[in-house]
Amino acid sequence: MSSTWLTTRAWLLMLPLLAVMIAVIGWPMAETVRLSFTDAKLVGLTGHFVGLDNYAKILSGSNFRGTLSTTAFFAIVSVGIEMVLGVLAALLLNQQFYGRTLLRALMILPWALPTIVNATLWRLIYNPEYGALNAALTQLGLLGEYRSWLGEPGSAMAALILADCWKNFPLVALIALAALQSVPRDLIAASLVDGASALNRFRFVILPYLAGPLMVALVLRTIEAFKVFDIIWVMTRGGPANSTRTLSILVYQEAFSFGRAGSGASLALIVTLMVTLLALAYGALVRKAAGSAA
Amino acid sequence: MERQSLARKIALHAAALLLAAVILAPLVWLFVMSISPPADLAAKPLRWWPEAVDFSRYRLLLSTVENSAGAAFLAALRNSLLVAGTATIAAVLLAIPAGWAVSRTPSIGWSLGLIIGTYMLPPVALAVPLYMALAHFGLLNNVFSLALVYLTILAPFTTWLMKSGFDTIPRDIEAAAMMDGAGLFATLRIVTLPLAMPVVATSALFAFLLAWDEFFYALLFTADQRAKTLTVAIADLAGGRVSDYGLIATAGVLAALPPVLVGLFMQRALISGLTNGGVKG
Repeated sequence: MSSTWLTTRAWLLMLPLLAVMIAVIGWPMAETVRLSFTDAKLVGLTGHFVGLDNYAKILSGSNFRGTLSTTAFFAIVSVGIEMVLGVLAALLLNQQFYGRTLLRALMILPWALPTIVNATLWRLIYNPEYGALNAALTQLGLLGEYRSWLGEPGSAMAALILADCWKNFPLVALIALAALQSVPRDLIAASLVDGASALNRFRFVILPYLAGPLMVALVLRTIEAFKVFDIIWVMTRGGPANSTRTLSILVYQEAFSFGRAGSGASLALIVTLMVTLLALAYGALVRKAAGSAA
Repeated sequence: MERQSLARKIALHAAALLLAAVILAPLVWLFVMSISPPADLAAKPLRWWPEAVDFSRYRLLLSTVENSAGAAFLAALRNSLLVAGTATIAAVLLAIPAGWAVSRTPSIGWSLGLIIGTYMLPPVALAVPLYMALAHFGLLNNVFSLALVYLTILAPFTTWLMKSGFDTIPRDIEAAAMMDGAGLFATLRIVTLPLAMPVVATSALFAFLLAWDEFFYALLFTADQRAKTLTVAIADLAGGRVSDYGLIATAGVLAALPPVLVGLFMQRALISGLTNGGVKG
Protein backbone atom coordinates (compact mmCIF):
# COMPACT_ATOMS: atom_id res chain seq x y z
CA MET A 1 0.00 0.00 0.00
CA SER A 2 1.31 3.44 -0.86
CA SER A 3 1.92 5.92 1.92
CA THR A 4 -0.38 8.46 0.24
CA TRP A 5 -3.25 6.01 0.52
CA LEU A 6 -2.37 5.26 4.17
CA THR A 7 -2.41 8.96 4.97
CA THR A 8 -5.67 9.49 3.11
CA ARG A 9 -7.22 6.54 4.93
CA ALA A 10 -6.07 7.96 8.28
CA TRP A 11 -7.69 11.31 7.48
CA LEU A 12 -10.91 9.54 6.49
CA LEU A 13 -10.97 7.76 9.86
CA MET A 14 -10.37 11.10 11.59
CA LEU A 15 -13.13 12.78 9.61
CA PRO A 16 -16.08 12.27 12.02
CA LEU A 17 -14.05 13.60 14.95
CA LEU A 18 -12.68 16.52 12.91
CA ALA A 19 -16.17 17.46 11.70
CA VAL A 20 -17.53 17.55 15.26
CA MET A 21 -14.50 19.45 16.57
CA ILE A 22 -14.82 22.06 13.83
CA ALA A 23 -18.53 22.46 14.59
CA VAL A 24 -18.24 22.80 18.38
CA ILE A 25 -14.75 24.30 18.80
CA GLY A 26 -13.40 25.67 15.50
CA TRP A 27 -16.45 27.60 14.41
CA PRO A 28 -17.27 29.08 17.87
CA MET A 29 -13.63 30.13 18.27
CA ALA A 30 -13.63 31.94 14.90
CA GLU A 31 -16.98 33.51 15.75
CA THR A 32 -15.65 34.70 19.11
CA VAL A 33 -12.80 36.42 17.27
CA ARG A 34 -15.28 38.12 14.90
CA LEU A 35 -17.60 39.18 17.74
CA SER A 36 -14.70 40.65 19.69
CA PHE A 37 -14.40 43.42 17.06
CA THR A 38 -18.10 44.30 17.28
CA ASP A 39 -20.53 45.80 19.77
CA ALA A 40 -22.93 42.86 19.42
CA LYS A 41 -25.41 42.11 22.18
CA LEU A 42 -26.20 38.59 23.35
CA VAL A 43 -29.85 38.95 22.33
CA GLY A 44 -31.11 40.99 19.39
CA LEU A 45 -28.48 43.44 18.15
CA THR A 46 -26.06 41.77 15.69
CA GLY A 47 -23.61 44.61 16.20
CA HIS A 48 -21.33 46.86 14.17
CA PHE A 49 -17.63 46.66 13.55
CA VAL A 50 -15.87 48.73 16.20
CA GLY A 51 -12.27 47.75 15.56
CA LEU A 52 -10.13 47.42 18.65
CA ASP A 53 -12.46 49.48 20.88
CA ASN A 54 -13.42 46.53 23.11
CA TYR A 55 -9.80 45.56 23.68
CA ALA A 56 -8.76 49.15 24.39
CA LYS A 57 -11.56 49.60 26.94
CA ILE A 58 -10.79 46.31 28.70
CA LEU A 59 -7.03 46.79 28.88
CA SER A 60 -7.30 50.38 30.13
CA GLY A 61 -10.00 49.62 32.71
CA SER A 62 -9.24 48.83 36.34
CA ASN A 63 -11.74 45.94 36.40
CA PHE A 64 -9.55 43.79 34.23
CA ARG A 65 -6.31 44.41 36.09
CA GLY A 66 -7.90 43.78 39.48
CA THR A 67 -9.49 40.57 38.23
CA LEU A 68 -6.25 39.41 36.64
CA SER A 69 -4.35 39.78 39.90
CA THR A 70 -7.16 38.01 41.81
CA THR A 71 -6.96 35.12 39.33
CA ALA A 72 -3.17 34.94 39.50
CA PHE A 73 -3.32 34.99 43.29
CA PHE A 74 -5.85 32.16 43.38
CA ALA A 75 -3.89 30.07 40.86
CA ILE A 76 -0.44 30.55 42.39
CA VAL A 77 -1.45 30.05 46.03
CA SER A 78 -3.83 27.12 45.55
CA VAL A 79 -1.64 25.23 43.08
CA GLY A 80 1.45 25.91 45.22
CA ILE A 81 -0.23 24.51 48.34
CA GLU A 82 -1.58 21.54 46.38
CA MET A 83 1.88 20.61 45.06
CA VAL A 84 3.54 20.83 48.48
CA LEU A 85 0.79 18.95 50.33
CA GLY A 86 0.56 16.42 47.49
CA VAL A 87 4.26 15.57 47.60
CA LEU A 88 4.26 15.38 51.42
CA ALA A 89 1.22 13.07 51.39
CA ALA A 90 2.84 10.90 48.69
CA LEU A 91 6.07 10.57 50.70
CA LEU A 92 3.94 9.47 53.67
CA LEU A 93 1.89 7.01 51.61
CA ASN A 94 5.10 5.49 50.29
CA GLN A 95 6.14 4.46 53.84
CA GLN A 96 5.03 1.33 55.67
CA PHE A 97 2.24 1.64 58.25
CA TYR A 98 -0.99 -0.10 59.21
CA GLY A 99 -3.91 0.83 56.98
CA ARG A 100 -1.74 2.09 54.13
CA THR A 101 -3.83 0.41 51.43
CA LEU A 102 -7.03 1.85 52.90
CA LEU A 103 -5.59 5.36 53.15
CA ARG A 104 -4.40 5.21 49.53
CA ALA A 105 -7.92 4.20 48.50
CA LEU A 106 -9.42 7.11 50.48
CA MET A 107 -7.27 9.61 48.57
CA ILE A 108 -9.44 9.09 45.49
CA LEU A 109 -12.57 10.38 47.30
CA PRO A 110 -12.01 14.17 47.14
CA TRP A 111 -11.01 13.80 43.48
CA ALA A 112 -14.19 11.81 42.73
CA LEU A 113 -16.49 14.25 44.57
CA PRO A 114 -18.13 16.46 41.92
CA THR A 115 -16.77 20.03 41.96
CA ILE A 116 -20.22 21.48 42.57
CA VAL A 117 -20.87 19.14 45.52
CA ASN A 118 -17.47 20.10 46.96
CA ALA A 119 -18.29 23.81 46.60
CA THR A 120 -21.72 23.30 48.17
CA LEU A 121 -20.28 21.27 51.03
CA TRP A 122 -17.72 23.94 51.92
CA ARG A 123 -20.32 26.67 51.56
CA LEU A 124 -22.33 24.85 54.24
CA ILE A 125 -19.22 24.38 56.40
CA TYR A 126 -18.47 28.13 56.19
CA ASN A 127 -22.10 29.14 56.89
CA PRO A 128 -22.06 32.24 59.16
CA GLU A 129 -24.86 31.05 61.47
CA TYR A 130 -24.92 27.25 61.41
CA GLY A 131 -21.63 26.29 59.78
CA ALA A 132 -19.39 23.55 61.14
CA LEU A 133 -16.23 25.70 61.00
CA ASN A 134 -17.68 28.37 63.28
CA ALA A 135 -19.06 25.70 65.63
CA ALA A 136 -15.80 23.73 65.78
CA LEU A 137 -13.56 26.78 66.33
CA THR A 138 -15.91 28.19 68.97
CA GLN A 139 -16.24 24.89 70.84
CA LEU A 140 -12.45 24.54 70.84
CA GLY A 141 -12.19 28.05 72.26
CA LEU A 142 -10.25 29.36 69.24
CA LEU A 143 -12.94 31.77 68.08
CA GLY A 144 -14.87 34.31 70.18
CA GLU A 145 -17.88 34.83 67.98
CA TYR A 146 -19.19 33.40 64.71
CA ARG A 147 -17.73 34.88 61.53
CA SER A 148 -19.01 35.16 57.99
CA TRP A 149 -16.06 33.48 56.30
CA LEU A 150 -17.35 33.90 52.76
CA GLY A 151 -18.99 37.25 53.48
CA GLU A 152 -15.87 39.25 54.34
CA PRO A 153 -13.35 40.31 51.68
CA GLY A 154 -10.52 39.46 54.07
CA SER A 155 -11.34 35.77 54.45
CA ALA A 156 -13.41 34.80 51.39
CA MET A 157 -10.42 34.11 49.13
CA ALA A 158 -8.61 32.09 51.79
CA ALA A 159 -11.76 30.04 52.41
CA LEU A 160 -12.10 29.36 48.67
CA ILE A 161 -8.46 28.33 48.35
CA LEU A 162 -8.80 25.93 51.29
CA ALA A 163 -11.84 24.26 49.67
CA ASP A 164 -10.05 24.01 46.32
CA CYS A 165 -6.88 22.57 47.86
CA TRP A 166 -8.78 19.93 49.82
CA LYS A 167 -10.31 18.63 46.59
CA ASN A 168 -7.17 18.76 44.45
CA PHE A 169 -4.10 17.92 46.55
CA PRO A 170 -5.00 14.17 46.73
CA LEU A 171 -4.70 13.91 42.94
CA VAL A 172 -1.22 15.44 43.06
CA ALA A 173 -0.44 12.96 45.86
CA LEU A 174 -1.58 9.98 43.75
CA ILE A 175 0.49 11.12 40.75
CA ALA A 176 3.53 11.71 42.96
CA LEU A 177 3.03 8.34 44.67
CA ALA A 178 3.01 6.52 41.33
CA ALA A 179 6.26 8.31 40.45
CA LEU A 180 7.82 7.42 43.82
CA GLN A 181 7.00 3.77 43.26
CA SER A 182 8.95 3.90 40.01
CA VAL A 183 12.19 4.79 41.87
CA PRO A 184 14.34 1.60 41.71
CA ARG A 185 14.79 0.06 45.18
CA ASP A 186 18.47 -0.61 44.47
CA LEU A 187 19.07 3.10 44.09
CA ILE A 188 17.53 3.84 47.51
CA ALA A 189 19.47 0.96 49.07
CA ALA A 190 22.69 2.24 47.52
CA SER A 191 22.11 5.73 48.87
CA LEU A 192 21.50 4.24 52.34
CA VAL A 193 24.75 2.30 52.16
CA ASP A 194 26.56 5.47 51.07
CA GLY A 195 25.13 7.18 54.15
CA ALA A 196 23.23 9.92 52.31
CA SER A 197 21.06 12.08 54.57
CA ALA A 198 17.27 11.91 54.13
CA LEU A 199 17.28 15.35 52.57
CA ASN A 200 20.05 14.51 50.10
CA ARG A 201 18.35 11.24 49.28
CA PHE A 202 15.19 13.17 48.40
CA ARG A 203 17.07 15.80 46.44
CA PHE A 204 19.39 13.57 44.40
CA VAL A 205 17.76 10.13 44.27
CA ILE A 206 14.00 10.64 44.45
CA LEU A 207 13.40 14.10 42.97
CA PRO A 208 14.69 13.25 39.46
CA TYR A 209 11.96 10.60 39.22
CA LEU A 210 9.31 12.96 40.59
CA ALA A 211 10.17 16.00 38.49
CA GLY A 212 8.58 14.95 35.18
CA PRO A 213 5.17 13.80 36.46
CA LEU A 214 5.03 16.71 38.93
CA MET A 215 5.74 19.22 36.15
CA VAL A 216 2.83 17.83 34.15
CA ALA A 217 0.55 17.95 37.20
CA LEU A 218 1.71 21.54 37.81
CA VAL A 219 0.93 22.57 34.23
CA LEU A 220 -2.52 21.00 34.18
CA ARG A 221 -3.49 22.30 37.63
CA THR A 222 -2.27 25.84 36.83
CA ILE A 223 -4.24 25.99 33.59
CA GLU A 224 -7.33 24.72 35.40
CA ALA A 225 -6.86 27.17 38.27
CA PHE A 226 -6.48 30.03 35.80
CA LYS A 227 -9.79 29.09 34.16
CA VAL A 228 -11.58 28.51 37.49
CA PHE A 229 -15.32 29.19 37.48
CA ASP A 230 -17.47 26.48 39.13
CA ILE A 231 -16.27 26.53 42.72
CA ILE A 232 -16.26 30.32 42.87
CA TRP A 233 -19.67 30.65 41.26
CA VAL A 234 -21.25 28.38 43.86
CA MET A 235 -19.39 29.70 46.91
CA THR A 236 -19.20 33.48 46.38
CA ARG A 237 -20.23 34.45 42.81
CA GLY A 238 -17.09 36.59 42.79
CA GLY A 239 -18.04 38.55 45.91
CA PRO A 240 -17.87 40.05 48.47
CA ALA A 241 -16.90 43.39 46.90
CA ASN A 242 -15.45 41.47 43.90
CA SER A 243 -12.69 40.11 46.13
CA THR A 244 -12.97 36.62 44.58
CA ARG A 245 -13.90 37.63 41.04
CA THR A 246 -11.68 35.70 38.61
CA LEU A 247 -11.36 36.19 34.84
CA SER A 248 -13.91 33.50 33.93
CA ILE A 249 -16.46 35.03 36.32
CA LEU A 250 -15.81 38.47 34.77
CA VAL A 251 -16.38 37.11 31.24
CA TYR A 252 -19.59 35.44 32.41
CA GLN A 253 -20.86 38.71 33.91
CA GLU A 254 -19.90 40.78 30.86
CA ALA A 255 -21.36 38.41 28.25
CA PHE A 256 -24.27 36.78 30.03
CA SER A 257 -25.32 39.01 32.97
CA PHE A 258 -24.94 42.28 31.03
CA GLY A 259 -25.49 40.69 27.59
CA ARG A 260 -22.50 42.46 26.02
CA ALA A 261 -21.45 39.66 23.65
CA GLY A 262 -18.87 41.79 21.83
CA SER A 263 -16.76 42.93 24.77
CA GLY A 264 -17.36 39.59 26.51
CA ALA A 265 -15.80 37.89 23.48
CA SER A 266 -12.74 40.18 23.51
CA LEU A 267 -12.28 39.53 27.21
CA ALA A 268 -12.58 35.77 26.62
CA LEU A 269 -9.92 35.99 23.90
CA ILE A 270 -7.54 37.88 26.18
CA VAL A 271 -8.00 35.12 28.78
CA THR A 272 -7.44 32.44 26.10
CA LEU A 273 -4.25 34.15 24.97
CA MET A 274 -2.93 34.25 28.54
CA VAL A 275 -3.69 30.57 29.18
CA THR A 276 -2.00 29.68 25.87
CA LEU A 277 1.13 31.67 26.73
CA LEU A 278 1.19 30.07 30.16
CA ALA A 279 0.90 26.61 28.61
CA LEU A 280 3.64 27.30 26.04
CA ALA A 281 6.00 28.59 28.72
CA TYR A 282 5.31 25.53 30.82
CA GLY A 283 5.66 23.27 27.80
CA ALA A 284 9.20 24.55 27.30
CA LEU A 285 9.92 23.95 30.99
CA VAL A 286 8.54 20.40 30.83
CA ARG A 287 10.73 19.58 27.83
CA LYS A 288 13.72 20.99 29.69
CA ALA A 289 12.88 18.93 32.80
CA ALA A 290 12.38 15.81 30.68
CA GLY A 291 15.69 16.47 28.94
CA SER A 292 17.66 16.83 32.18
CA ALA A 293 15.99 13.77 33.75
CA ALA A 294 16.83 11.54 30.80
CA MET B 1 13.69 -2.99 54.19
CA GLU B 2 15.14 -0.74 56.84
CA ARG B 3 14.16 -1.43 60.43
CA GLN B 4 11.96 1.26 61.93
CA SER B 5 12.57 2.79 65.32
CA LEU B 6 9.58 3.05 67.65
CA ALA B 7 9.52 6.85 67.58
CA ARG B 8 9.54 6.83 63.79
CA LYS B 9 6.70 4.31 63.77
CA ILE B 10 4.58 6.44 66.08
CA ALA B 11 5.23 9.58 64.04
CA LEU B 12 4.30 7.78 60.82
CA HIS B 13 1.03 6.49 62.21
CA ALA B 14 0.16 9.88 63.68
CA ALA B 15 0.75 11.55 60.31
CA ALA B 16 -1.33 8.88 58.57
CA LEU B 17 -4.18 9.41 61.04
CA LEU B 18 -4.02 13.16 60.47
CA LEU B 19 -4.17 12.69 56.68
CA ALA B 20 -7.11 10.30 57.01
CA ALA B 21 -8.93 12.82 59.23
CA VAL B 22 -8.32 15.67 56.77
CA ILE B 23 -9.69 13.59 53.89
CA LEU B 24 -12.64 12.11 55.74
CA ALA B 25 -13.91 14.88 58.03
CA PRO B 26 -15.65 17.02 55.34
CA LEU B 27 -17.13 13.92 53.67
CA VAL B 28 -18.44 12.45 56.92
CA TRP B 29 -19.91 15.83 57.83
CA LEU B 30 -21.76 15.98 54.49
CA PHE B 31 -23.34 12.63 55.30
CA VAL B 32 -24.10 13.56 58.93
CA MET B 33 -25.85 16.75 57.76
CA SER B 34 -28.01 14.64 55.44
CA ILE B 35 -29.28 12.46 58.31
CA SER B 36 -29.61 15.12 61.04
CA PRO B 37 -33.01 16.63 61.84
CA PRO B 38 -33.15 20.35 60.91
CA ALA B 39 -33.28 21.37 64.60
CA ASP B 40 -29.93 19.64 65.27
CA LEU B 41 -28.26 21.47 62.37
CA ALA B 42 -29.48 24.84 63.67
CA ALA B 43 -28.58 24.12 67.30
CA LYS B 44 -26.00 26.18 69.19
CA PRO B 45 -23.72 24.59 70.20
CA LEU B 46 -23.92 22.50 67.06
CA ARG B 47 -24.77 18.80 67.49
CA TRP B 48 -22.09 16.72 65.75
CA TRP B 49 -24.19 13.55 65.70
CA PRO B 50 -28.01 13.51 65.53
CA GLU B 51 -29.99 12.36 68.55
CA ALA B 52 -32.26 10.41 66.20
CA VAL B 53 -31.01 9.47 62.75
CA ASP B 54 -33.34 10.84 60.09
CA PHE B 55 -33.33 9.37 56.58
CA SER B 56 -36.55 11.11 55.50
CA ARG B 57 -34.77 13.50 53.12
CA TYR B 58 -33.56 10.59 51.00
CA ARG B 59 -37.17 9.40 50.71
CA LEU B 60 -38.25 12.93 49.86
CA LEU B 61 -35.68 13.44 47.09
CA LEU B 62 -36.31 10.03 45.57
CA SER B 63 -40.10 10.37 45.55
CA THR B 64 -42.00 11.05 42.36
CA VAL B 65 -44.81 13.16 43.84
CA GLU B 66 -45.59 15.96 41.37
CA ASN B 67 -44.17 19.43 42.04
CA SER B 68 -42.18 18.20 45.02
CA ALA B 69 -38.46 18.64 45.64
CA GLY B 70 -38.21 14.97 44.68
CA ALA B 71 -39.70 15.47 41.22
CA ALA B 72 -37.21 18.25 40.47
CA PHE B 73 -34.31 16.19 41.80
CA LEU B 74 -35.26 13.07 39.85
CA ALA B 75 -35.68 15.11 36.66
CA ALA B 76 -32.18 16.51 37.15
CA LEU B 77 -30.85 13.02 37.82
CA ARG B 78 -32.46 11.74 34.63
CA ASN B 79 -31.05 14.68 32.64
CA SER B 80 -27.56 14.15 34.03
CA LEU B 81 -27.68 10.44 33.12
CA LEU B 82 -28.97 11.23 29.62
CA VAL B 83 -26.46 13.98 28.88
CA ALA B 84 -23.47 12.14 30.33
CA GLY B 85 -24.50 8.84 28.73
CA THR B 86 -25.09 10.31 25.26
CA ALA B 87 -21.93 12.40 25.32
CA THR B 88 -19.85 9.45 26.55
CA ILE B 89 -21.07 7.09 23.82
CA ALA B 90 -20.51 9.72 21.13
CA ALA B 91 -17.05 10.62 22.46
CA VAL B 92 -15.92 6.98 22.48
CA LEU B 93 -17.38 6.25 19.03
CA LEU B 94 -15.53 9.25 17.57
CA ALA B 95 -12.34 8.38 19.43
CA ILE B 96 -11.95 4.77 18.28
CA PRO B 97 -11.33 5.36 14.53
CA ALA B 98 -9.52 8.66 15.14
CA GLY B 99 -7.31 7.24 17.91
CA TRP B 100 -6.42 4.24 15.78
CA ALA B 101 -5.63 6.39 12.74
CA VAL B 102 -3.26 8.62 14.72
CA SER B 103 -1.64 5.65 16.44
CA ARG B 104 -0.89 3.87 13.13
CA THR B 105 -0.13 6.96 11.04
CA PRO B 106 2.35 9.14 12.94
CA SER B 107 2.48 11.63 10.06
CA ILE B 108 -0.95 12.98 11.06
CA GLY B 109 -0.15 13.04 14.76
CA TRP B 110 -0.03 16.84 14.76
CA SER B 111 -3.81 16.94 14.25
CA LEU B 112 -4.30 15.15 17.57
CA GLY B 113 -1.86 17.57 19.18
CA LEU B 114 -4.02 20.41 17.91
CA ILE B 115 -7.19 18.78 19.23
CA ILE B 116 -5.64 18.12 22.65
CA GLY B 117 -4.41 21.71 22.68
CA THR B 118 -8.04 22.85 22.79
CA TYR B 119 -7.99 21.68 26.42
CA MET B 120 -6.35 25.03 27.17
CA LEU B 121 -9.32 26.97 25.82
CA PRO B 122 -11.42 28.34 28.64
CA PRO B 123 -15.09 27.39 28.07
CA VAL B 124 -15.91 31.12 28.18
CA ALA B 125 -14.09 31.48 24.84
CA LEU B 126 -16.63 29.24 23.12
CA ALA B 127 -19.72 29.97 25.20
CA VAL B 128 -21.01 33.13 23.51
CA PRO B 129 -21.23 31.80 19.90
CA LEU B 130 -22.47 28.42 21.12
CA TYR B 131 -25.20 30.15 23.11
CA MET B 132 -26.22 32.33 20.15
CA ALA B 133 -26.25 29.35 17.75
CA LEU B 134 -28.27 27.13 20.08
CA ALA B 135 -30.71 29.99 20.68
CA HIS B 136 -31.00 30.56 16.93
CA PHE B 137 -31.94 26.94 16.26
CA GLY B 138 -34.20 26.69 19.32
CA LEU B 139 -31.88 24.11 20.88
CA LEU B 140 -31.31 25.74 24.26
CA ASN B 141 -32.60 23.74 27.23
CA ASN B 142 -32.16 20.45 25.37
CA VAL B 143 -30.24 17.45 26.75
CA PHE B 144 -28.95 16.35 23.35
CA SER B 145 -27.55 19.72 22.31
CA LEU B 146 -25.90 19.94 25.74
CA ALA B 147 -24.36 16.50 25.11
CA LEU B 148 -23.05 17.79 21.76
CA VAL B 149 -21.43 20.77 23.50
CA TYR B 150 -19.88 18.38 26.06
CA LEU B 151 -17.96 16.76 23.20
CA THR B 152 -15.71 19.86 23.28
CA ILE B 153 -14.42 18.53 26.61
CA LEU B 154 -14.84 14.76 26.22
CA ALA B 155 -13.76 13.94 22.66
CA PRO B 156 -10.15 15.28 22.80
CA PHE B 157 -9.66 13.38 26.03
CA THR B 158 -11.08 10.03 24.85
CA THR B 159 -9.16 10.26 21.55
CA TRP B 160 -5.91 10.81 23.38
CA LEU B 161 -6.59 7.87 25.74
CA MET B 162 -7.58 5.59 22.84
CA LYS B 163 -4.48 6.57 20.88
CA SER B 164 -2.24 5.68 23.86
CA GLY B 165 -4.15 2.40 24.17
CA PHE B 166 -3.73 1.46 20.50
CA ASP B 167 -0.02 2.31 20.78
CA THR B 168 0.41 -0.67 23.12
CA ILE B 169 -1.21 -3.14 20.68
CA PRO B 170 1.39 -4.51 18.25
CA ARG B 171 0.80 -3.73 14.58
CA ASP B 172 2.06 -7.20 13.64
CA ILE B 173 -1.16 -8.78 14.89
CA GLU B 174 -3.15 -6.56 12.53
CA ALA B 175 -0.73 -7.22 9.67
CA ALA B 176 -1.13 -10.96 10.17
CA ALA B 177 -4.92 -10.73 9.98
CA MET B 178 -4.76 -8.60 6.84
CA MET B 179 -2.33 -11.05 5.27
CA ASP B 180 -5.00 -13.70 5.79
CA GLY B 181 -7.30 -11.59 3.67
CA ALA B 182 -9.29 -9.68 6.31
CA GLY B 183 -10.22 -6.13 5.31
CA LEU B 184 -9.41 -3.09 7.47
CA PHE B 185 -12.73 -2.94 9.28
CA ALA B 186 -12.87 -6.70 9.84
CA THR B 187 -9.33 -6.58 11.26
CA LEU B 188 -10.20 -3.73 13.59
CA ARG B 189 -13.41 -5.40 14.73
CA ILE B 190 -12.09 -8.94 15.19
CA VAL B 191 -8.47 -8.35 16.22
CA THR B 192 -7.77 -4.85 17.50
CA LEU B 193 -10.94 -3.76 19.30
CA PRO B 194 -11.20 -6.81 21.57
CA LEU B 195 -7.63 -6.17 22.69
CA ALA B 196 -8.45 -2.48 23.22
CA MET B 197 -11.58 -3.13 25.31
CA PRO B 198 -9.93 -2.19 28.65
CA VAL B 199 -8.89 1.17 27.18
CA VAL B 200 -12.36 1.69 25.72
CA ALA B 201 -13.80 1.06 29.20
CA THR B 202 -11.34 3.44 30.89
CA SER B 203 -12.03 6.16 28.30
CA ALA B 204 -15.78 5.77 28.74
CA LEU B 205 -15.44 5.93 32.51
CA PHE B 206 -13.37 9.12 32.41
CA ALA B 207 -15.69 10.68 29.86
CA PHE B 208 -18.74 9.89 31.98
CA LEU B 209 -17.15 11.36 35.12
CA LEU B 210 -16.14 14.54 33.22
CA ALA B 211 -19.67 14.97 31.89
CA TRP B 212 -21.25 14.22 35.29
CA ASP B 213 -19.05 16.93 36.83
CA GLU B 214 -19.67 19.60 34.17
CA PHE B 215 -21.36 22.79 35.37
CA PHE B 216 -20.53 25.86 33.26
CA TYR B 217 -22.23 24.92 29.97
CA ALA B 218 -25.15 23.34 31.83
CA LEU B 219 -25.64 26.57 33.79
CA LEU B 220 -25.72 28.62 30.57
CA PHE B 221 -27.66 26.34 28.25
CA THR B 222 -30.39 24.83 30.46
CA ALA B 223 -33.34 26.55 32.07
CA ASP B 224 -35.78 24.10 33.63
CA GLN B 225 -36.60 20.48 34.45
CA ARG B 226 -36.51 19.48 30.80
CA ALA B 227 -32.72 19.75 30.67
CA LYS B 228 -31.26 21.04 33.96
CA THR B 229 -28.55 18.68 35.18
CA LEU B 230 -27.76 17.66 38.76
CA THR B 231 -24.85 20.09 39.12
CA VAL B 232 -27.09 23.04 38.21
CA ALA B 233 -29.90 21.76 40.43
CA ILE B 234 -27.52 21.51 43.39
CA ALA B 235 -26.05 24.96 42.75
CA ASP B 236 -29.64 26.29 42.68
CA LEU B 237 -30.33 24.65 46.04
CA ALA B 238 -27.10 26.02 47.54
CA GLY B 239 -27.70 29.54 46.24
CA GLY B 240 -31.44 29.63 46.91
CA ARG B 241 -33.44 30.23 50.01
CA VAL B 242 -33.61 26.61 51.13
CA SER B 243 -33.95 26.69 54.91
CA ASP B 244 -33.06 23.03 55.47
CA TYR B 245 -29.32 22.61 54.90
CA GLY B 246 -29.74 18.87 55.37
CA LEU B 247 -31.70 18.71 52.13
CA ILE B 248 -28.83 20.36 50.22
CA ALA B 249 -26.43 17.88 51.81
CA THR B 250 -28.67 14.95 50.84
CA ALA B 251 -28.75 16.06 47.19
CA GLY B 252 -24.94 16.36 47.37
CA VAL B 253 -24.54 12.84 48.77
CA LEU B 254 -26.77 11.36 46.07
CA ALA B 255 -24.97 13.25 43.26
CA ALA B 256 -21.58 12.22 44.63
CA LEU B 257 -22.48 8.55 45.01
CA PRO B 258 -21.94 7.36 41.40
CA PRO B 259 -18.48 8.94 40.87
CA VAL B 260 -17.35 8.04 44.39
CA LEU B 261 -18.33 4.39 43.91
CA VAL B 262 -16.62 4.36 40.51
CA GLY B 263 -13.56 5.92 42.11
CA LEU B 264 -13.38 3.34 44.88
CA PHE B 265 -13.98 0.25 42.77
CA MET B 266 -12.13 1.27 39.63
CA GLN B 267 -9.22 2.87 41.46
CA ARG B 268 -6.53 0.87 39.71
CA ALA B 269 -7.79 1.67 36.22
CA LEU B 270 -8.33 5.35 37.08
CA ILE B 271 -4.92 5.87 38.63
CA SER B 272 -3.08 4.10 35.83
CA GLY B 273 -5.02 6.27 33.36
CA LEU B 274 -4.21 9.45 35.27
CA THR B 275 -0.57 8.66 35.90
CA ASN B 276 0.18 7.25 32.45
CA GLY B 277 -0.93 10.61 31.15
CA GLY B 278 1.19 12.25 33.81
CA VAL B 279 4.31 10.25 33.08
CA LYS B 280 4.07 10.32 29.32
CA GLY B 281 2.95 13.92 29.10
